[in-house]
Amino acid sequence: MSCACACASGPSTENSQEVPARGCCQDEIKPSATKSGCCQDNSDGKFDSKGIYELIRNIMDPEHPLTLEALNVVNEADVKVYNEREVMVLFTPTIPHCSMATMIGLAIRVRLLRTLPPTFKVTVRISPGTHVSEHPINKQLADKERVAAAMENRNLLAVIEQCLTFEEDSDVHYDKPASCGNPDGISATTSNSVS
Amino acid sequence: MGRLEGSHILHGHKGRVWNVAWHPEGHLLASCGEDKTIRIWGRDGQKWVCKTCLSDGHSRTIRAVSWSACGKFLASASFDGTTSVWTYTKGDYDCIMSLEGHENEVKSSAWSHSGQYFATCGRDKTVWVWEVAEDNEYECAAVLFNHAQDVKKVAWQPDGTEWVQCANLTSHTSTVWSIAFNGSGDRMASSSDDLTVKIWQEYPPGNAQGIETPDNIPAWKCVCTLSGYHSRTVYDISWCPLSGRIATACGDDKIRVFQESPESDHDAPTFELEGTADGHTQDVNAVAWNPKEVGLLASASDDGTVRLWCAK
Repeated sequence: MSCACACASGPSTENSQEVPARGCCQDEIKPSATKSGCCQDNSDGKFDSKGIYELIRNIMDPEHPLTLEALNVVNEADVKVYNEREVMVLFTPTIPHCSMATMIGLAIRVRLLRTLPPTFKVTVRISPGTHVSEHPINKQLADKERVAAAMENRNLLAVIEQCLTFEEDSDVHYDKPASCGNPDGISATTSNSVS
Repeated sequence: MGRLEGSHILHGHKGRVWNVAWHPEGHLLASCGEDKTIRIWGRDGQKWVCKTCLSDGHSRTIRAVSWSACGKFLASASFDGTTSVWTYTKGDYDCIMSLEGHENEVKSSAWSHSGQYFATCGRDKTVWVWEVAEDNEYECAAVLFNHAQDVKKVAWQPDGTEWVQCANLTSHTSTVWSIAFNGSGDRMASSSDDLTVKIWQEYPPGNAQGIETPDNIPAWKCVCTLSGYHSRTVYDISWCPLSGRIATACGDDKIRVFQESPESDHDAPTFELEGTADGHTQDVNAVAWNPKEVGLLASASDDGTVRLWCAK
């Protein structure tokens, strides 16, 4: 499979004399260990809106034993792919004061971070008008530094992992997360820190 | 129109590289990232090689590195909530201090140009100002609570001898990721998630333009906004003290260089895009101009590389 990433081409940037020819970024260790090898390009169309929706529709809600699709939190029409490497996912919290909105957005982001090629640009946002704290939550979800720090938080990561444990993995017991209302990192409630 | 050419790609970090910082003499470059290491790069003939890798300093991502103005000390700010100070003695870097106090992730740190003060900031919304005593003891001089949210970056005005809160600059419509003063310290550039770069200018008390300066504290005004150039978050900005060029690091994988237009009005300046560099395959998180060598620029990216560029 040809690698579309620039590291294999572009003589103007490969002028370095000290670095042995690296060809593809396959040699480099990617941040998320679950990602498979080379940064695949999207020429086989695997990552179109339908393909990406497939990746997120079975994410479990943090509070209820139902998928985001079953709860209508995500739907295929709200997944849009641009230029074969950018995706915008809009999700709709079940109620305008939903305290799990940030958590859900984070779960979607993490899922896509782990499954899409690293060159993909991912934006996850609340469907306009469907949550009282839409702007600050969108801002947090767009803040990759906050997302990265949150992912280093074990407690928060455990909750996210539960959301990303799909129903097919039936040997995992689904626990309702204990007071994860204000985990470190991304605040899952809509209180304090935001304007 | 100038050009920005890639000259070296430095491999070594595993995962995202968050920040780069040049030693004040310009011969060493420090980088740091999510692999919890600091790497120090230096020249070896025509090449740049990794001279040192410091891997025991922090237990989590290292978000930023910075050098003291004298070049003797290196600071690293980490998500583990601490800031470490390193010094080079007898062929190796030693951690001589670990500053604690922040409640959670530290995101930036910087020494004042006199070396008398050191500042750190982080997600707990505070800026800590430390006083550096002669025996390299750091004492907390103040904890500032002026920000309502996560503080991304601290920077000292060049030649600033005292610190006092002089302005609250509001204009950006989303997260401000980085700030950079120009060489003389009378201007500052800011970069934001709102896809713009803003240029701010200082108006001291008694200024000719008649800008009010209550309490005799200098006023800062936004004199220029660069919009339409960046298609994603602008994560970092660097203002070269030698050439006046401004470089930006963007989430669209590109580095851009701007220069003030020749016919620019001092109070309403205009800046032109001088060049754009492709090369990084993912978000560019940091850019830094070499303080001694004109046109030499370093960058750090999510793609795990540090790159060097030449602006012609």
